[in-house]
Amino acid sequence: MKKSYQSLEDNPINNMKQVIYCGLTSKIYSLCIVLLLTFSTSLTAQEGDPANGKSLYNSNCAACHKLDSDMTGPALRNVEARLADEEGLDRTWLTDWIHNSSAVIKSGDAYGNKIFAEWNNTAMTPFPQLSDQDISDILAYTAQPKAEPVVADGPTGVPVQEGGVSNDLILGALALLFALLAMALILVNKTLNRFADAKGIEVPSKDKRTPLWKAFVQNQFLVLVTAIVFLLASGYFVYGYFMQVGVDQGYEPVQPIHYSHRIHAGDNGIDCKYCHSSARVSKTSGIPSLNVCMNCHKSISEVSPETLAEGDEYGVDYNAEIQKLYDAVGWDGTGYTGDQKPVKWIRIHNLPDFAYFNHSQHVEVGGIECQTCHGPVEEMEIMYQHSSLTMGWCINCHRETNVKVKDNEYYTKIHEELSKKYGVEQLTVAQMGGLECGKCHY
Amino acid sequence: MSSNKKYWKSVEELNENSSIVEALQQNEFVEAIPTDEFLGDKETLESSSTSRRDFLKYVGFSTAAASLAACEGPVIKSIPYINQPTEIIPGVANYYATTIADGYDFASVLVKTREGRPIKIENNTDAGTNGVANARVNASVLGLYDNLRVKSPMKGDSKISWDTFMSETTSKLNSLNGKQIVFLTQSMPSPSTDKLIATFKSNFGNVNHVTYDAVSESATLDAYQAKYGTRGMANYDFSKAKTIVSIGADFLGDWQGGGFDSGYSVNRIPQNGMMSRHIQFESNMSLSGANADKRVPLTPSQQKLALAKLYSEITGNSAGGVKLPEGLDAAIKAAAVELKKAGSNGVVVTGIQDVNAQSAVLDINTSLRSKAFDPGTTIKTRLGSDKAVTQLVADMKAGRVGAIIMNGVNPMYTLPNASDFKEGLAKTELSVAFSMKQDETSTNCHYIAATPHNLESWGDFEFKSGHYSMMQPTIRPLFDTKQFQDVLMAWTDTTGTYRDYIKSVWTQNVLNGSSFNQAVQDGVFITGSAQGGSGLNRSSTTVASSTNKLNDKKDRTFLGGVIHDVAVGVGIKDEDKEEYTTTTSSSTTINNATGNNTDVASVLTGSAAARALAQTASGTGMELSLYTKTGMGDGQQANNPWLQEFPDPITRTTWDNYLTVSKADADRLELENWNEANGGLNGSYAKVSVNGAEAITVPVIIQPGQAKGSVGLSFGFGRTSKALKEEMKTGVNAYPLYQNFKDVQNVSIEKAVGSHEFACVQLHNTLMGRGDIIKETNLEVFNTYKYNDHKHGWNKTPQVSLNHIETPVTSPDVDLWDEFDRSVGHHFNLSIDLNACTGCGACVIACHAENNVPVVGKSEMRRSRDMHWLRIDRYYSSEDSFESDLEKKENISGLGSSLSEFGELENPADNPQVVFQPVMCQHCNHAPCETVCPVAATAHGRQGQNHMAYNRCVGTRYCANNCPYKVRRFNWFLYNKNDEFDYYMNDDLGRMVLNPDVTVRSRGVMEKCSMCIQKTQKTILDAKREGRLVKDGEFQTACSAACGNGAMVFGDINDKDSKITALKEDDRMYHLLEYVGTKPNVIYQTKVRNTSKA
Repeated sequence: MKKSYQSLEDNPINNMKQVIYCGLTSKIYSLCIVLLLTFSTSLTAQEGDPANGKSLYNSNCAACHKLDSDMTGPALRNVEARLADEEGLDRTWLTDWIHNSSAVIKSGDAYGNKIFAEWNNTAMTPFPQLSDQDISDILAYTAQPKAEPVVADGPTGVPVQEGGVSNDLILGALALLFALLAMALILVNKTLNRFADAKGIEVPSKDKRTPLWKAFVQNQFLVLVTAIVFLLASGYFVYGYFMQVGVDQGYEPVQPIHYSHRIHAGDNGIDCKYCHSSARVSKTSGIPSLNVCMNCHKSISEVSPETLAEGDEYGVDYNAEIQKLYDAVGWDGTGYTGDQKPVKWIRIHNLPDFAYFNHSQHVEVGGIECQTCHGPVEEMEIMYQHSSLTMGWCINCHRETNVKVKDNEYYTKIHEELSKKYGVEQLTVAQMGGLECGKCHY
Repeated sequence: MSSNKKYWKSVEELNENSSIVEALQQNEFVEAIPTDEFLGDKETLESSSTSRRDFLKYVGFSTAAASLAACEGPVIKSIPYINQPTEIIPGVANYYATTIADGYDFASVLVKTREGRPIKIENNTDAGTNGVANARVNASVLGLYDNLRVKSPMKGDSKISWDTFMSETTSKLNSLNGKQIVFLTQSMPSPSTDKLIATFKSNFGNVNHVTYDAVSESATLDAYQAKYGTRGMANYDFSKAKTIVSIGADFLGDWQGGGFDSGYSVNRIPQNGMMSRHIQFESNMSLSGANADKRVPLTPSQQKLALAKLYSEITGNSAGGVKLPEGLDAAIKAAAVELKKAGSNGVVVTGIQDVNAQSAVLDINTSLRSKAFDPGTTIKTRLGSDKAVTQLVADMKAGRVGAIIMNGVNPMYTLPNASDFKEGLAKTELSVAFSMKQDETSTNCHYIAATPHNLESWGDFEFKSGHYSMMQPTIRPLFDTKQFQDVLMAWTDTTGTYRDYIKSVWTQNVLNGSSFNQAVQDGVFITGSAQGGSGLNRSSTTVASSTNKLNDKKDRTFLGGVIHDVAVGVGIKDEDKEEYTTTTSSSTTINNATGNNTDVASVLTGSAAARALAQTASGTGMELSLYTKTGMGDGQQANNPWLQEFPDPITRTTWDNYLTVSKADADRLELENWNEANGGLNGSYAKVSVNGAEAITVPVIIQPGQAKGSVGLSFGFGRTSKALKEEMKTGVNAYPLYQNFKDVQNVSIEKAVGSHEFACVQLHNTLMGRGDIIKETNLEVFNTYKYNDHKHGWNKTPQVSLNHIETPVTSPDVDLWDEFDRSVGHHFNLSIDLNACTGCGACVIACHAENNVPVVGKSEMRRSRDMHWLRIDRYYSSEDSFESDLEKKENISGLGSSLSEFGELENPADNPQVVFQPVMCQHCNHAPCETVCPVAATAHGRQGQNHMAYNRCVGTRYCANNCPYKVRRFNWFLYNKNDEFDYYMNDDLGRMVLNPDVTVRSRGVMEKCSMCIQKTQKTILDAKREGRLVKDGEFQTACSAACGNGAMVFGDINDKDSKITALKEDDRMYHLLEYVGTKPNVIYQTKVRNTSKA
């Protein structure tokens, strides 16, 4: 099997630029449409503030309700209008229901009981803390029309553009200019020669010297020096080649599930150690088990349209990827089927067996940020190996990094004695003995 | 000079007319070599599409492709749990308290699991009883991953499902028409199993339960049962004994179930000028004999006489006319005098398998009022009955047995009359073997019920009365297996799981209100009544304090002789209710759980027993003592490569059993041992036969200390069947010689042709007076003189010459090296007390398991390419004692006869003193290996450990050459994933036992003891993470943790209050080969023998 490498240079950023340029005009259009739509909806639901409603909805309702599809509870898009049209129920009924649905059911309300029966006799959690204004904000949010599938290109932010093309243009123009100049010079030279011919002026021809290469070959000193230089240079490259054998910096394999650290750690700001919890206590950071994923993804079955649109840049449908997770854990949207398939991730960071590395030592005791070794994970769409993971890389860090001795009784005495011995206040890992072979090789 | 001699090349030449002779004169071969066949005719050769050039191209291309492909790393998959169990964190070990009980070894242990895989067995230090795992228990974890285990129930040779098994066996059991159903089981002192079998009996009627021990203790059990009413064995606590006399009892080995060594070691360490005195009378050289202060070799028949004599000397009752050789007589009298002087501090034990001998010992100890003797606590780890087994075989042969259900026994291998058993087995209508293996017995049964390993099972055991141990699974069963009790429950229509069943039995009968979950977590439960009475207290301080407490209870015990209701779950709560009985007949609670009714009335007691003993003592010809080896036991773990490769503590021989013969007898019978040029030990074969029956041929080892007129042979070898890999079918089976379950047999021995190649790891058996390898002194000198006394010092610092002035080697002036400052942080030292070390070898196997030490096989062992990081050297004295060795060496004049005198020192004495010395990497502060490594692969750490970076090593082996202790091991081959070394590292299952924190070494690198740096680093990290200091006792190596005798102590000498610091400053402390100036971090404590000066 071969590893699929992708160098850092052809990172999505470059591709993105071109896409952005192409779709610029259409994006402006779509922006206008969205703005118009937002404006018009806010006109219809006059009392509510959909923006506030959205945040209230996300914190209170989203665990059980989706706008456009049923989850634990029914879909809520246009719920107020639908109730009014179909059942003739007004805002007061809705407010009562939200504040305390079981009271409504108990009161013998017909529709309330029907809904209750429809949803497996599960009463909705009461939300007495929501004020009328809150409820109208939420309803305003639910009354927003479903967003059009956002145009299929790029994020809605203000794109960074220009640059690329003008550079090319300038370069092209310059190249043309040089070509023209060269042509002109040749032409001038030709013309002058012709003039000289015509005028009979003897152009002084130089003595036929030995050709350069012959002179070079005859000069043994030069040959020697060149040979040495050549050998040194090739030695340098051969050494460089061999030194990268087994060093997989930038290794970015295609994973069975397109998992975006950018979305999870970056956009959503989830702490690394929420998922990689064993990094606190164990030598391995651990690939999270799927039940950890399901902590959130039980209620997040699809991404927001904006995020979905971002996925197109990477050629990935995030919702389909979430579906892969569901297939693996055997989740059918409402419960576990028990039909499980393990996910075979491809391991990126591979230390050789003879090197011992302990995450908890670095993360918990040393207080090192994950990013120190793993790079800007929160910006990585697909995880890749940021550092070289060579021994030299380890050792350099051990030489430079100070041990975090504060508030750790274990270090108190050792620190006191060692700092006296070395005459420094801050001790590096190396001074603590972190360069000894046996500390990592056993 | 011309010669007319004619040299014949072959008989053919005698025939003058032979055409062959003619042809051979002209040609090299008789017939022309058929070159055409492989060269063919020219045409086809030329038309072949593959020319020589093409061939070279292919070779070149494939070589280039292979080397290019090698530059690409492999793609490694990483598969997380789908639903991670909350107790499992990848990379963090979990420990479970459980029990190993295989019918021969019984121990409460802790099991270390990683990601759900059990990888190592450790001592359960909280368990009062049998909390120390011996070598075999340590190795049993490998048995879990044995690829030859039965993976599902079988009918004959074909696999069947459990449903089929259950329906077929149940219908068979129900259609026996009242014929007898027999359970033939190993010793299972399990309350819940007893209850299940009782239920089965009441359901099926004619049921007989026979308990069978491969190596019988039936005589002991009968004697105890006759005297105390309960079937079992008396408990001994040697930590309370000051004078121990053993007559043929290897109580540091497997005597009466084993587990006595940790108590023994407590008093072997001299404290306040006192230590115990141990006198051993025996025929084979055993571990106990090797540790004894005084060892008297005598034949088994003399042992009986000696015991009778000892009985009469101590009790004053006559034992009839006992005639012993003069020297022996004196030795017995001397021992009796010492015992009488010791009074209640003395104890006598015997291993003679004779009811009279055993009951005489019970009487002696009662009359001594021995504190170490605790008959109120019954040991239940041996329950077998010879009579019942003999009766069973007879019944089977007579066709009286309808169904036989066997659990954990292998009678086809272990019975002396296995052919009778086979005959009887064929006459049963149903035979079921609950077994992990397709072994000798199960392959002859109708059904094999595949059982799980101990580590996959539930179970409960009562090791001693009131001392319970719990077995819980540490991994889900690897194969489609069911344990005996599960099937019993199904047969008796008992609902629920076996765990629930245990819980209900325990709640009713055992726990007395305590929590079941707590008992499962602890792995042990000791009932209130048993708590005070026993428990091997390992630390001497607690012993001192608890002895007082125990005295009155003990003394009261002796008033009557028996406390008989310390039985299951009864517990004596109200001391007034204690009931003492003076005679055995009134004992009412015969806890005959297994249903073996021995005719107790026929057992003699008192002087009658001694007289009978003296009369039965008759030995004609050579007497064979059958014994069990420390490594192999009764042989059920014969497919365990760790145990096969485990060097026997006494002979240091691996992968074999052999006849041990004394030098005198060997000379008489012309039996020899010699070393080959490659260092391998060879030996003659001998034919051994009992009662003129078919002789077996056994290789011979000449054993110093073997009593003249006796020979020894161990059980446990010579296995056949599909249960073992070919490599493991070593040695000869001694069970056929075990006639009538007597471990002593009169045999005739004659030399057989041929020679046997042993794999013995120690070539040199004596120290030749080099007292600085093992420092030894006797108690008198130890108490009288200071260690560095100018004349009598017993632990003097070696002197070296500096400008012709004697200077101590510890002086910096004579040191080539600069001293490093190791005062900051940790500085690890390991102390080994030669007094407490009994040579049991648990540390060797623990080291194997912890450090992924490979198994190399017999032929490599023979080439001295063993990989053990930790070896236990065994030395014999060449004179009667090591002290006389020293004297002799000092007195060698250097003139004339010195060569022959040194030569004499090479030969061990007929009855030598023996000493054990565990040796591992000494972690020298001034290490000779480090300076010679050309690639700096071995370097010193600040914490005192000598590091070994395998990936840096290029295998020059300079370090091994420069190591004065010879502890470095070279990987001559790739020992994992290599079919040439088809041991546990060659299959996926076996590799599951590997410790993921330790590198598996590859070919061509040097390796050695790392002082378990992975363990010290883990301890440090735990402390750092919790922000605290490391407590004393937290640092452990695998060997120090495995040592239940307190011989190995590990710790940080920069922690001034630690135990190791005190040991480092002890007067007995010395370094191995101190004069070399290597300043090791492993320290030894001088051996002190409790012998008088003479």
